Amino acid sequence: MNDQPIVLGIETSCDETGVGIVRGTTLLADAVASSVDEHARFGGVVPEVASRAHLDAMVPTIRRACSDAGMALSDIDAIAVTAGPGLAGALLVGVAAAKALAIALDRPLYGINHLAAHVAVDQLQHGPLPEPTMALLVSGGHSSLLLVPDVTNDIRSLGATVDDAAGEAFDKVARVLGLPFPGGPHIDRMAVDGLITIEFPRGLSSSRDMQEHRFDFSFSGLKTAVARWVEAREAAGEAVPVADVAASFQEAVVDILTRKAVLACKEHGVDTLVIGGGVAANSRLRSMAEQRCAAAGITVRIPRPGLCTDNGAMVAALGAEMVARGRAPSSLAIPADSSMLVTEVSAREGLM
Amino acid sequence: MTILALDTSSAAVTVAVHDGSTVRAASVEYGATAHGELLAPVIARVLAAAGITAVGLSRIIVGVGPGPFTGLRIGIVTARVMGDALGIPVSGVCSLDAIAAQAVFDHAVTAEFAVATDARRKEVYLATYGVDGRRRSGPVVLRPDAVDPVARSGQVVGAGAALYPEYFDDGREPLLVSAEWLVRVALDQPEFVVDPIPLYLRRPDAVANVSRKRVTPS
Ligand SMILES: [Zn+2]
Repeated sequence: MNDQPIVLGIETSCDETGVGIVRGTTLLADAVASSVDEHARFGGVVPEVASRAHLDAMVPTIRRACSDAGMALSDIDAIAVTAGPGLAGALLVGVAAAKALAIALDRPLYGINHLAAHVAVDQLQHGPLPEPTMALLVSGGHSSLLLVPDVTNDIRSLGATVDDAAGEAFDKVARVLGLPFPGGPHIDRMAVDGLITIEFPRGLSSSRDMQEHRFDFSFSGLKTAVARWVEAREAAGEAVPVADVAASFQEAVVDILTRKAVLACKEHGVDTLVIGGGVAANSRLRSMAEQRCAAAGITVRIPRPGLCTDNGAMVAALGAEMVARGRAPSSLAIPADSSMLVTEVSAREGLM
Repeated sequence: MTILALDTSSAAVTVAVHDGSTVRAASVEYGATAHGELLAPVIARVLAAAGITAVGLSRIIVGVGPGPFTGLRIGIVTARVMGDALGIPVSGVCSLDAIAAQAVFDHAVTAEFAVATDARRKEVYLATYGVDGRRRSGPVVLRPDAVDPVARSGQVVGAGAALYPEYFDDGREPLLVSAEWLVRVALDQPEFVVDPIPLYLRRPDAVANVSRKRVTPS
């Protein structure tokens, strides 16, 4: 199996500097440097802070990935990098680093789509993806339902959030409840001790919405409903049952995500659902997805939490799949595209 | 000695291959918001024009600004990653020093002078130089009207002077940094060589946003 391509992947779309190395579908290294602590006091990711941290972390993280994989950069067959979507200035640091490696090592460059990489990473844990696969991607930056006939060149968007991303809703509700940033893990932990006592709204679930926004999501109204509910208790001088609010909010998010994902699988005749993105680490999402997919005869695949959050391994995983399938590399002139569409799996030509 | 020099601190992307005494190949492309797209192809082209591949390089010199952050970082991360992959040293040179060195060589200045470049937000990056081209003060970032009147009314090179003629009476060329002059500064003024770390001169714009916003009308 040693003739499989060795690909180094670089990910800098948000606040994690990730460098992963993959041989075929085997993970060799997954080095991640995070600037999340620097953002915590701002209650969200500050783009300029993230970009500065990427610059400082890039060479050390590349070195760490090589040493973890027990190899030299000269052993790498191809370079892959997140070309978009993401924070423009942050993406640019990774794309420039990847191009620099491609020139220095004289290796092909693959500028790839971050969302497609979130899907492809599951191959590192669960083996080749069935075709087609359905993918639910949920994080602080995205909430998408994707039909994936071929992760290297055919991804179709069935739906996405029309306002806040799911992870963003966790962050905002955490703030309302006085929990730290990032909110997801704190709400998950808090909810364990809570009861689902409050019926919060499920966005875009009315019969009319199910016609016009069948596979879209909306979390802005939910976030506002939680804030209103909490403010009403406070105004009445009552204690806020934080654990119950956390559990009820989380239930509302997870319910609508899994309900629409299972429906999409059924309607498109797809029998495998991959869940990725940081919110895929949520314990309630995992258990409800497993339960509902089992009931519907759908296989659910969720990578371990370290592979769900943004990392370089997922970029390397998709890059390796592109090499294996003989997809054309990208030119050195590709842009970093902050609003790259998921239908564009690899980056098109730039200016030159 | 085969040196790759590059700078992305201005509205241009400038790249040169230099053998220590002369420029073997050089190229410049303009596009203030396209450094990320322009730089790598320009490097590939300049290496090819010099008749070498990256493994033929022995040193990399990069302009560390000051300049607009996003573009500046593209050049610096490129230099750092290439240098690390090739196992060769990477040095930084203040981009304003390279403009100053070229101005002296071109006889564009005849006395003590300043270099002013565009810092956006109605400000300039500014440093002052002796007639020998060695930096005396700066670089700093400030509004043109806050520049020391002596420096402001004297000879000033760089795009900042051209941008604010109402404040700088005697603006001169060169306007932008050229990669070959980064090499000249590094070789002739080794005491001005620095680590390849950006001269940001400004803190990130960031406001703490941790307070709760109420949604219930009061
Ligand atoms: Zn992501």
